[in-house]
Amino acid sequence: MTRSQALLNWIDERFPLTSLWKEHLSEYYAPKNFNFWYYFGSLALLVLVIQIVSGIFLTMNYKPDATQAFGSVEYIMRDVPGGWLIRYIHSTGASMFFIVVYLHMFRGLLYGSHRKPRELLWLIGVVIYLCLMAEAFFGYLLPWGQMSYWGAQVIVNLFGSVPLIGEGLAEWIRGDYVISDATLNRFFAFHVIAIPLVLLALVAVHILALHEVGSNNPDGVEIKNKKDASGKPLDGIPFHPYYTVKDMVGVVVFLAVFSFVMFFAPTMGGYFLEYNNFIPADPLKTPPHIAPVWYFTPYYAMLRAVPAFAGTQFWGVLVMGGAVLIFFLLPWLDRSPVKSIRYKGPYYKIALALFVVSFLVLGWLGTQPTDFLGKMGESYVAVRLAQLFTIVYFLFFILMPWYSRIDPVKPEPERVTWH
Amino acid sequence: MKRLLLLALLFPLAAVASEAVNPDRAPIDIRDAASIQRGAKLFVNYCLNCHSAQYMRYNRLEDLGLTEQQIRDNLMFASDKVGNTMSIAARKSDQAAWFGVVPPDLSVIARSRGADWLYTYLRTYYRDDKSATGWNNLAFPNVGMPHVLWQLQGTQVATVEEKDDGHGGKHKEIKLELAVPGSVSVAEYDGLVADLVNYLVFMGEPAQARRAQIGYAVLMALGVLFVLVYLLKKEFWKDVH
Repeated sequence: MTRSQALLNWIDERFPLTSLWKEHLSEYYAPKNFNFWYYFGSLALLVLVIQIVSGIFLTMNYKPDATQAFGSVEYIMRDVPGGWLIRYIHSTGASMFFIVVYLHMFRGLLYGSHRKPRELLWLIGVVIYLCLMAEAFFGYLLPWGQMSYWGAQVIVNLFGSVPLIGEGLAEWIRGDYVISDATLNRFFAFHVIAIPLVLLALVAVHILALHEVGSNNPDGVEIKNKKDASGKPLDGIPFHPYYTVKDMVGVVVFLAVFSFVMFFAPTMGGYFLEYNNFIPADPLKTPPHIAPVWYFTPYYAMLRAVPAFAGTQFWGVLVMGGAVLIFFLLPWLDRSPVKSIRYKGPYYKIALALFVVSFLVLGWLGTQPTDFLGKMGESYVAVRLAQLFTIVYFLFFILMPWYSRIDPVKPEPERVTWH
Repeated sequence: MKRLLLLALLFPLAAVASEAVNPDRAPIDIRDAASIQRGAKLFVNYCLNCHSAQYMRYNRLEDLGLTEQQIRDNLMFASDKVGNTMSIAARKSDQAAWFGVVPPDLSVIARSRGADWLYTYLRTYYRDDKSATGWNNLAFPNVGMPHVLWQLQGTQVATVEEKDDGHGGKHKEIKLELAVPGSVSVAEYDGLVADLVNYLVFMGEPAQARRAQIGYAVLMALGVLFVLVYLLKKEFWKDVH
């Protein structure tokens, strides 16, 4: 045998290299009809790697100290060779991560990726989403700009609104009575070590769970139902080389979009890098308008839409939290006999369209101050709109057991189709 | 419901800026090294006494085609080493006591305020006897900063007109007029301010010009790579039906 074959044998006797390669790549059969929506899983993995690598280089020069943080970021932007590039990679990557993840989740809603036997896969994904939001929140404090400081102040105060334990909880999170150097240090630890480790572990678990049941596909039919004589799915193709080579195309297109933003519009009009964050944090000066980064704005709009009842703002926090946590229930809310939107009836299509519109409108409303559309009688137009679309958002989920069951569905095909 | 949505979607077009006046478009060109050099001269002469630019190093000006000797001879009043940053000697506590507010550091002012606002701000000062400095500003009402460039621009005065706003209320319109001309004409002054703002934009992110250059090269390379990778995919997928 050749020397490389001998080496491979030596390794295989001690580590399941070849069997892992076969199980997860060269003999992992994926449906052959993946479309555009199926790029975003591999792209999410790519962005995770990009963020970790660019993050490592940033940590070499960033100083997690309230008096030095802002200056160290400017030092990276100006004096570290290529530092501006690494900073922009990381800031663009953060926003791209959410774009990719939202589209990845949307694919799930389109094709029923949360249905049996993939319920656990979906649940792991929602936990990853929660960790991602925490990671972004902790990371945003690090540049120590006005928006960093005051955004963190607002969000930690939400925890402070929990009845009975709120004050103590907020103090425990901050490490101080107000957002301060203590907070910056611990958020740095969470952002750089704690959550990335958790994310990596969860992503590995996510992929293992996926490979256990096999991928879904745009038709929502299980390819494992139709196997050939040797046990391979008739409509399956080995992930390697077919999807490794196809995902390379997705990666190149994604990198082109990423590069366009990074090199020509890194601030993206103030949505990816907010203007106010170029002012060093000042605990004595509250900005006239505090808003989170764009990927949190739908939930922020919901938070502001809920009025205070019984002297507390906690209901808004519950609604905002509920809007994310409700994703966990999806596998059990969807009672449709078919998985994919291709074979569902008009009810689901309309409901999904309304959900998307609500999410986008709430997102837009969350970027603006509550009085930006003026008043209608006693209340603000923007708040009324946010209330309306919050209700539509929740109804998508709450009414799903009903409309998904009565929805007139079309017969699913036996084999996958190309559309 | 659809109409409300449509109306709601149209409102951002009529969004009102939070400043007192709609900013004029600033004629910024970060590739115009000569303009940025002129701006740098204005900056170190007029601004650097009260304001610092603590993240900007003097030797970064070499990006504009200046030599170290030129920088040392013409632009360094507040420091002695060309590798130093543009910090100033004044203490923040003293400045707070003298002016009531510490003049903000200007390193990234163009990134937070924006070029258009800065361009407008530096051209809309007018005389106001009720203020501490004798000056007020349309873009930044009751600003604590005096009009440092008054000798160049001259003295503007404001005339306030009250007009009916059509909803039964009154709406104030402030017009500025040049009462006493300065040492340069209006067009020349606008040019000087454009240079200064150009410099502030450069100072906010010195890597800007380089960034765009690299961007073109990267996108072209990715374009070529896309063609290759796409053809590769097509080749592999020929036998999949």
